[in-house]
Amino acid sequence: MDQVKVLNTWISPFGMRVLIGLEEKGVKYEYQEEVLSNKSELLLQMNPVHKKIPVLIHNSRPVCESLIILQYIDEAWGFTQFLPSKPYDRALARFWADFTDKKFYDAGARIIKSKDEAQEQAKRDLLESFQLLEGILKEMSAGGSLPFFGGKDFGFLDIAFIPFTSWFHTYESLGNFKIPLESEYPLLDAWVKKCMERDSVKKALPSPDKVLEYAIQLRKGFLGD
Amino acid sequence: MEQVKVMSTKVSPFGMSVLIGLEEKGVKYEYQEEDLLTKKSDLLLQMNPVHKKVPVLIHNGKPICESLIILQYIDEVWNFNQFLPSMPYERATARFWADFANKFYESVAPIVKSKGEDQEQGKRNLLERLQLLEGALKEMSAGGSLPFFSGKDFGFLDIVFIPYASFFHAFETIGNFKIPFESEYPLLDAWVKRCIERDSVKKVLPSFDKVLEVALHLRKKVLVD
Repeated sequence: MDQVKVLNTWISPFGMRVLIGLEEKGVKYEYQEEVLSNKSELLLQMNPVHKKIPVLIHNSRPVCESLIILQYIDEAWGFTQFLPSKPYDRALARFWADFTDKKFYDAGARIIKSKDEAQEQAKRDLLESFQLLEGILKEMSAGGSLPFFGGKDFGFLDIAFIPFTSWFHTYESLGNFKIPLESEYPLLDAWVKKCMERDSVKKALPSPDKVLEYAIQLRKGFLGD
Repeated sequence: MEQVKVMSTKVSPFGMSVLIGLEEKGVKYEYQEEDLLTKKSDLLLQMNPVHKKVPVLIHNGKPICESLIILQYIDEVWNFNQFLPSMPYERATARFWADFANKFYESVAPIVKSKGEDQEQGKRNLLERLQLLEGALKEMSAGGSLPFFSGKDFGFLDIVFIPYASFFHAFETIGNFKIPFESEYPLLDAWVKRCIERDSVKKVLPSFDKVLEVALHLRKKVLVD
């Protein structure tokens, strides 16, 4: 009998990837919410190197780093694969998932934590990231004729990026701007709506209002507003 | 006929992993040295427009970027003598430590690029990370009874980490300290000596003096600016 446990925090987009991955594979798991200001013994024991969430514990063995966990889930429950089958397509999926970690997440975090010119730059960077992802989605979805980054199937890059959508409302509110999804990124707009119909996504993503509430406190902590 | 080209710099540990990977698979490739400090080539900017970084692998005209992604691509295209282990958990472990090794570079760069307390912190980071890698090697090599991070065969994590061996002399010289290999990291010490006997590693790693020369040049430039 497989024992699967996830250590996470409800607002982490990285954790949401893991939960979506498990749900998509139909894997039963136990969930433990962590309080990062008071990390559990289990977390410190299971991820001594980084002391971060998410952590997947499978039959007592820990796997850390969300994209590594996602690939592990894909391989350990090796049916209906998240990653495409051809090496080049796999490399592209991995590259763009890594991009969402490095450029997209970073720009969003800077919108939340900064103001004035630093925040303006962060907003420009975020929109540039959106532009690039719209272009990639166009290629991978054969010009929009297929629903997902994974083509006809919800896959690795879809799972990697969809969690960030729960933060869009937060970026807009704290950045005081509108992300022009319908006009500038119409494929992404349709993609978000398509993904949000999936049970796994509905279950894993928190409400945008709750995320904003949390982020406002986070911002106060950084800026003392 | 396969066309394989690599764009990199002689002292990039990320580029070295890619070249070692290709050598290990016996793949013929063309090498293009990039001058990152002066002017990036048009080909680089075209093939990696998102990050504008090396290394880039171009396979039959198609670019693959980010060293760990490139290494997995090489492993999957030339899918004999696999770098990554076959079992999902061992694969996740290899990927985790490869990701850790990749972040190594940034945390120790202050040894070369800074002075005073920042440099001291870089040195502490180095020793701390070597300690963790010694521990990982102990586990993965069954207490030192197997020769490599990947067990009995030279594999993924060995390829990712061995490039750093060419940096140790530069770190010691510029940081004015001795890395206590024999006393504190004996398994790593033996592992380095073993890896540098391999043809692929001998061919790809620059000489310690060359790395020191480049590091000193970088240090002068960075500390003056």
